[in-house]
Amino acid sequence: MLAPVIDEDGAPFWEYAARGELRIQACAAPECGEPRFPPRPCCPRCQSFDSRWLRMSGRGRIWSFVIPHPPLLPDYAAQAPYNAVLVELVDAPQIRLAGNVVAAPDAALNSVDPARLRIGAAVRVAFTEIDGVSVPRWLLERS
Amino acid sequence: MPGLKDATAIVGIGQTPFAKQLTDSEKTLACRAILAALDDAGIAPSEVDAFASYTMEETDEVEVAKTIGAGDVTFFSKVGYGGGGSCATVGHLAAAVATGQASVGVAWRSRKRGSGPRPWKNTAVQLPTPGQWTRPFGLLRPSDEIGMLARRYMHEYGATRDHLFNVALACRNRANQNPAAIMYERPLTREMYMTARWISEPLCLFDNCLETDGALACVIVSAERARDCRQRPVYVHSAAQGLPAQHHGMVNYWNDDPLTGPAWTAARQLWKQADFGPQDVDVAQIYDAFTPLIPLSLEGYGFCGRGEGGAFTEGGALEIGGRLPVNTGGGGLSEAYVHGFNLINEGVKQLRGTSTAQVPDASTCLVTAGEGVPTSAILLRA
Repeated sequence: MLAPVIDEDGAPFWEYAARGELRIQACAAPECGEPRFPPRPCCPRCQSFDSRWLRMSGRGRIWSFVIPHPPLLPDYAAQAPYNAVLVELVDAPQIRLAGNVVAAPDAALNSVDPARLRIGAAVRVAFTEIDGVSVPRWLLERS
Repeated sequence: MPGLKDATAIVGIGQTPFAKQLTDSEKTLACRAILAALDDAGIAPSEVDAFASYTMEETDEVEVAKTIGAGDVTFFSKVGYGGGGSCATVGHLAAAVATGQASVGVAWRSRKRGSGPRPWKNTAVQLPTPGQWTRPFGLLRPSDEIGMLARRYMHEYGATRDHLFNVALACRNRANQNPAAIMYERPLTREMYMTARWISEPLCLFDNCLETDGALACVIVSAERARDCRQRPVYVHSAAQGLPAQHHGMVNYWNDDPLTGPAWTAARQLWKQADFGPQDVDVAQIYDAFTPLIPLSLEGYGFCGRGEGGAFTEGGALEIGGRLPVNTGGGGLSEAYVHGFNLINEGVKQLRGTSTAQVPDASTCLVTAGEGVPTSAILLRA
């Protein structure tokens, strides 16, 4: 499995993830507060370089999904067909995190029947580890 | 200030054979295509003083210039974002020639994508920013990334797999008329499409472009010089690039409206400069790495309204004789996938009247680069 190749701007996301917290960067300037993703050095709305990391509720809805089939990298081919989803966060709807809907936090990428996936389905975040990095996974709210 | 409009023309085109595997190196293929284009134009290699290609092109100007025997080169440019750069190579050369920075420009693309490596298999190099947010979750290939937008598009607007099939079929039908196309003798049926193996649901095998070895090139000079060349000039009427506000490339998932991409931005600039509009386009060559890029581009370039791109493909609209014949050489889906450069040369063939699937009396052609990445487009006229 590919662990995230973490850059300076994204590092806080993964540090919070390691504590089981889903946090999103937002502008810290008074009267702005715009959330942004992927993380970057300054706010595209007000150009402030001050930012903070807002804790999200971890609830979201499936915005779209694909079911990849081979050819794929070996670790992914071994689980194919699996799902990859974009989750629109309830707390910040224009931010859509890529992830996987799984039956349990540590379950395989193909642990949920694709027939159960629908655009709009409610999901909530959980975390698992890939090569020592804590990454988000998504659980269907109605299982 | 002198403008770009009709100030320059494409006067030569060249290409190598297309195949899953060619024995020549990318450098050799590049030089063969470039020399063929110069020969087509009737211009000596020693007169070439400008080059443009893609940042993903691995044959550089130094190697190409010294190999073909170019003279002193005073303009060279490489455009980024994979297939999004195709038309910009022509646009940059047109701007250079129109402003007196050079007089004979060569644009080219040479690629052994058929027999060479698939870029997405490289795990050592990730696109620095978006990669950490998508690749660990198994969005590994362009097909996965575009498939995500495709499913959302189908959900929002009622586009169907039959609409995507219409795109694949139109390209295949044109390839069946084009002896140079990889899919020349291989017809496509609806049953083949609907039962094909998946690559990334909702995209099947036939929604994905070919993997091809080959090279193409074209030659750009001033309109004045063009009148003395061997071939009928094809004028660069308008050229544009497009990087929309808050766009994220092929993983355009983090803005208010991910389904309006770079095509919309390029289109606004393109039409602003032009003497005619979408309704006056006789034939279009629309970048087709994946079938859903065509309905999205049809919307972006103004051939139909928002969400109408799927329905636009109905009733043979994309076929010869339809509302807008597209990809008349077979496109990336069925002629060859050389990062869209074959679409440029096919546009030139249409306006010369020499296409293997000629649109009668075609005098205007839109050529686009990849939607879904920072893109470019040109309007050509006879």
